[in-house]
Amino acid sequence: MHALARIRQCLLILCLPLAAAAAEPAQEFTLPNGLKLIVQEDHRAPVAVVQVWYKIGSSYEHDGTTGLSHALEHMMFKGTKHHPPGEFSRIVAARGGKENAFTTTDYTAYFEQWAASNVELSFDLEADRMRNLTFDEQDFAKEMKVIMEERHMRTDDNPQALASEVVDAVAFLTSPYRHPVIGWQSDLESMRLEDLRAWYARWYAPNNAIVVVVGDVEPAKVHALAQKHFGPLAKQLIPPTKPRTEPEQRGMKRLTFKSESATLPYLMMAYKAPVLVEALAKRTNAEPWEIYALDVLSETLDGDQSSRLTRNLVRGRQIAAQVESSYAPASRLESLFSFAAVPTPGHTLEELEKAIGAEIAALQSAPPTPEELARIKTRVVADEVFQQDSVFYQAMVIGSLEAVGLDWRIKDDYVERIKAVTPEQVQAVARKYLTEDRLTVAHLLPVAKGDADAH
Amino acid sequence: MRIERLLAATLFVVAQAVLATPKIEHWTTPAGAQVYFVAAAEIPMLDVRVVFNAGSACDGAKPGLASFTAGLMHEGAGELDTNAFHDALGATGASLGTGAMRDMAWVSLRTLSDPASADPALALMQSTIRNPRFDAAALERLREQALIGLKSEKESPDAMAERTFFAALYGDHPYGSPTAGTEDSVKAFTRADVIAFHQRYYVAANATVAIVGATDRAGAERIAAAVLRDVPAGEPAAPLPPVAPLAAAREAHVEFPATQSHVWIGQTGLKRGDPDYFALIVGNHVLGGNGLVSILADEIREKRGLSYSAQSQFEPLAEAGPFLASLQTKASQEAEALKVLRATLAKFVAEGPSEKALAAAKQNLVGGFPLRLDGNGKIIEYLAMIGFYHLPLDYLDTFTERVAKITVDDVRDAFRRRVDPARMVTVTVGKQSGTR
Repeated sequence: MHALARIRQCLLILCLPLAAAAAEPAQEFTLPNGLKLIVQEDHRAPVAVVQVWYKIGSSYEHDGTTGLSHALEHMMFKGTKHHPPGEFSRIVAARGGKENAFTTTDYTAYFEQWAASNVELSFDLEADRMRNLTFDEQDFAKEMKVIMEERHMRTDDNPQALASEVVDAVAFLTSPYRHPVIGWQSDLESMRLEDLRAWYARWYAPNNAIVVVVGDVEPAKVHALAQKHFGPLAKQLIPPTKPRTEPEQRGMKRLTFKSESATLPYLMMAYKAPVLVEALAKRTNAEPWEIYALDVLSETLDGDQSSRLTRNLVRGRQIAAQVESSYAPASRLESLFSFAAVPTPGHTLEELEKAIGAEIAALQSAPPTPEELARIKTRVVADEVFQQDSVFYQAMVIGSLEAVGLDWRIKDDYVERIKAVTPEQVQAVARKYLTEDRLTVAHLLPVAKGDADAH
Repeated sequence: MRIERLLAATLFVVAQAVLATPKIEHWTTPAGAQVYFVAAAEIPMLDVRVVFNAGSACDGAKPGLASFTAGLMHEGAGELDTNAFHDALGATGASLGTGAMRDMAWVSLRTLSDPASADPALALMQSTIRNPRFDAAALERLREQALIGLKSEKESPDAMAERTFFAALYGDHPYGSPTAGTEDSVKAFTRADVIAFHQRYYVAANATVAIVGATDRAGAERIAAAVLRDVPAGEPAAPLPPVAPLAAAREAHVEFPATQSHVWIGQTGLKRGDPDYFALIVGNHVLGGNGLVSILADEIREKRGLSYSAQSQFEPLAEAGPFLASLQTKASQEAEALKVLRATLAKFVAEGPSEKALAAAKQNLVGGFPLRLDGNGKIIEYLAMIGFYHLPLDYLDTFTERVAKITVDDVRDAFRRRVDPARMVTVTVGKQSGTR
């Protein structure tokens, strides 16, 4: 239960399938208390998903208190004044519902999926836990144990995840993206119930929330239900955040990470890359078209089995057993354009690093071919259709855009923006952003027990 | 409280919620393939999934051969080598996948229904099924990748637990064959092995075709014929031997340098079509199959904070698939967590569920049924399963009724007969020295 996602590293989740063009356009409403509601009709099955998104995640946290947003997500299942711990889940389960939540660097979201007739019950329960959470000391103590087990499972006992945590911490100097979503172990150990209570009071308010409903519903009726249940909640001042702007990186950063439990060497390369919300707000030098061009660049390198990295490094030179690249244009703050790869036996991490560098250099010296671009554009058009099959996914797209400060309607322009990207623009952004001075390189080295301490 | 009124008003509606289950059409092709089709006109796309009785249970003396063959089928077909094949596929916008599980292997396609996309995509699917090239160079590359995959399993405690659990539970039965193979078996695969496996199992009489999407019956008949064009009739795979129940408890430990121990306990469980199917899955929903609401999550996570996830499941297969319960906990807590896990299971088997918990689990399964069918991607999985396991065509229509009929006695009786807490396989993966 309770997922913890690192969405800003997953391009394909957030970007390519951005364009859910449904038959009826979604409708947006804003309540007087600032809560935003977006409703998308989909009448294929008698079900609906309700997602409540809060603009709060690990990138709002500061040193010493990392992991607060995710820990608070866990506490949101621990009862309110009206419902004792566990009752929320029991009510949803008894009506055939599925519920869960997830936290990322940029947002925290809660959802229920069930018969469309239950939308009102979702609103009632979600409005209650937006304001009335109980913070019980014993429940907190148990839940922190659970969260530490979660950290062990996802990160500490997964060498690649553990190394990737260090890459973020090295790549970013002042940006809060240097912290893991789940929090550093020592911050988890020193977290207090009071910290969570204050975090909740500060961020969980109707004017910091977006409610997305997709399914067999009528927007006007959903709006009336939202007014009834969320309407009475008071708005509050959401304090401005400190910018913590990442200073320009001036030179490559390089690190090694030794692991006794790893069996395979692993390469990570991460270039600082701009994001759409900052480009649109002119908080960066990047132009909006560059973001879409970077997206196409990422697809040229690693979109499907015919893209360059797999074609040239896995199949052609057979230097990589696995290789992938990713770019997260829809995150809130300056992000990373990343590569990760495992070398084949007989090849070193250094050779693999050079080989990836050569693929980047090739796109800097010559634009992608018209055939490559045509294939990417064909896939974008098809994916736009395919993603209509998932009610949940349609809601994810809308919510995740809004939660980072983008207008959800940009999803409808996505295909056109991608189609407008030229081969020369792809080359231009490869030259501008995939430069050595913006790069962090990490080598994960498996070592025998005891060697990790050797100097 | 407001919520209680709301609940009372609608509580009885749940069990009566009417869902129009998809209308399944079924026919047999002249070569003997079973076809299952559901029309879904709303989105202009097609899903086609062809499953073969060619999973790792067919590995025989060559563990991993089924998965290896399925992987190699994705590396070019007919005139097209790997690069040319993926270029052609990319030009259609479609996605095509191949793979193998324990019972079944599959080739699946999702494409726009517009003939300009669908026709070439379906032709590539046919070619993948009928004429995979199995080029020597691709084979050697995939062998190398398979060996690296086996190496990477050794840094994943979960993968180690799964491999060890299946070996301990099934021994020499085909379900004990590791789906990814072993270092020795992967090194020994030859092109002739792969070709022979493909010729034997990827045949029409061993195939089930599932189709969901924007077409009609006549269109679906054309699609089924197109994707299996020139595929020889062949013979169905031989039935698997029955699984012998465990004679005694077994324990296996894998020493592993990790913070946590992964604990799996289990037994042989259910076959598809098993008369105890509904009693056991409904019972398991109470025990450990329904997220945080289940007894195992409550005892292990909610009450004691011992594990992030604690759950149990039956995985029904052609022959008895596994019943298993699992958790992960800090190495120093392994003994305590295992004790709670065993005690919770034993108590459930002895006493069965409470009336209240059973009613809640049934409400979840019945009320949640529409969520199982709320997309073409979900419906096609059900079609393939119904076809592959020869389940009745009204499986979906009668699902909620059959769940609703299960009583506390049914669950208690089925668990007592089918789950013996004294004869479990127990697998632990973690650091043991000094922690117990």
